[in-house]
Amino acid sequence: MRATVLIRPKAGILDPQGEAVGSSLRQLGFAVGAARVGRVVDVDIDASGPDAARAAVEQMCEQLLANPLIESYEIELAG
Amino acid sequence: MTDLRLRVAVVVFPGSNDEQAAAFALRTLGAEPALVWHAEPDLPRDAGAVVLPGGFSYGDYLRCGAIARFARVMPAISSFADAGGPVLGICNGFQILCEAGLLPGVLRPNASLRFVCRDVRLRVERTDTPFTSNCEPGQRLTIPVKHGEGCWFADEKLLTTVEANGQVVLRYDEDNPNGSLADVAAVANADGNVMGLMPHPEYAVDPLLGSSDGGLILASLVEAARSHAAALV
Repeated sequence: MRATVLIRPKAGILDPQGEAVGSSLRQLGFAVGAARVGRVVDVDIDASGPDAARAAVEQMCEQLLANPLIESYEIELAG
Repeated sequence: MTDLRLRVAVVVFPGSNDEQAAAFALRTLGAEPALVWHAEPDLPRDAGAVVLPGGFSYGDYLRCGAIARFARVMPAISSFADAGGPVLGICNGFQILCEAGLLPGVLRPNASLRFVCRDVRLRVERTDTPFTSNCEPGQRLTIPVKHGEGCWFADEKLLTTVEANGQVVLRYDEDNPNGSLADVAAVANADGNVMGLMPHPEYAVDPLLGSSDGGLILASLVEAARSHAAALV
């Protein structure tokens, strides 16, 4: 099973990288507002089913993949 | 004179790069540094203090300090801190202690997105810590920084707690190089025996290096290490 974890800076957290990307896009002539930069982690996981997989990936997020002080995460399961 | 029995552990992670400077500074100040590889399960039994030096442990992958916090030596450092032992994290060491939950908050990319490498001015907020006992209240220090991710952050609730407990030990003095919240340069745990700071005191221990103000921080640590080691015997 493949889990995809999307990690984003929480709303309201200053994201200087996103600001730099947004301003570069505007310089290129794109009409964009705010841009936010996060991270994607794909994990291949052996699990008995989607619920077990999700529970395991949630633990991974809490312990390592995301810092709950500044980041939120979203888990997508496939296969 | 160097007291060979006073040992200060300097923990080395893959990617640490300031451990020799920290060891040099500690030796200059009369302690015997003991370099401890991250895969060791224990600290030297007679260690009076622990220093986590600067660098880029595990290439800063994922988040600074996020992977180093799972190093084999970390439980020993937590136990040492729980027993009241002084623990100092410098730069990457600060990031590791935050990720490990031994210090509040997190270090984020500098607001400027630029790596900053220069002397900064600091204001001493507290002198009743193992890291600032040789400083005067309100004293201004000049110590260099060199980092890309030194922007200390906490959410509103955590910041309120940290300020109410007086856990901010050093602040940038109208000279914030990274955009840290409340100009925080150094923060301690609630008990005051664990501190992290982004500036590098180990590079400011001799006037030849431009400043010896870092020596005040590290000499305070060495004194605290001596008391802690004496209490162990």
